[in-house]
Amino acid sequence: MQLALFIIFGALAVAGALNLLLQRHPINSALSLVVVMMSLAVLYWSLGAEFLAAAQVIVYSGAVMVLFVFVIMLLNAGEEERTSGSRAAYIAGIPGAAAIFCLLSFVFLSEQKALGVANLGGHLDNGLNNIAEISQVLFTKQLLPFEVTSVLILVAILGAVVLARKEEQ
Amino acid sequence: MAAQVPTAYYLVLAAILFSIGAGSFLIKRNIITIFMSIELMLNAVNLTFVAFAHQWHQISGQIFVFFVMVVAAAEAAVGLAIIIAIFRTRQTLNVDQIDLMKL
Repeated sequence: MQLALFIIFGALAVAGALNLLLQRHPINSALSLVVVMMSLAVLYWSLGAEFLAAAQVIVYSGAVMVLFVFVIMLLNAGEEERTSGSRAAYIAGIPGAAAIFCLLSFVFLSEQKALGVANLGGHLDNGLNNIAEISQVLFTKQLLPFEVTSVLILVAILGAVVLARKEEQ
Repeated sequence: MAAQVPTAYYLVLAAILFSIGAGSFLIKRNIITIFMSIELMLNAVNLTFVAFAHQWHQISGQIFVFFVMVVAAAEAAVGLAIIIAIFRTRQTLNVDQIDLMKL
């Protein structure tokens, strides 16, 4: 079950990410990013992070990507054109990304013995369930950071409104 | 039970997604798509956090992912507002034409 979920949704996530890279029109890239985020939500769920799976669907696939699609449609963004800058990026970008991938994979696979295996659902050392444990930590130990993020979101809302407002002549 | 997946495979999947995100960050010329590849990289890092939280049976990794999600949402709102402001003044989304601060 765990293996089947990993293979299906891992392949779906990689296919979506590659489609994001290959598509020329931003709306197609945005929709393939939604596919990546939904597959990641399933992977979170299979790793025992039910709350994060739900939050991933609501916050990322719901709110953030709707905002992206909304802006793409508002600005009427067309297909991107290729320039000399993109040729230079091809020469530097693809080997650089491949080097990052090779380095990370080498480290992860050489430490495979120490890392162990993942079982469906998983369990926490001192928790009744995932959401109870998260809320317990979030509202006791991490209360100050949690409150600071609410201030951060308030500032972000104000900043977005001020930046996107039309200048009055 | 044969249907177990090594944690390293999840980390390798996250590395694949992060590398694709980094590559498309460099290759793409549309500012909105560049912004979307940043979101893809953040998601890949979140997957490593969740995998390690599962590995060590600790909740801290999931708390961290929660905060990353909150900050990413705030960042997306402000970033898209900046993109709208840029489009209003420059009438373009191509990053090669937004080069006022280049020498």
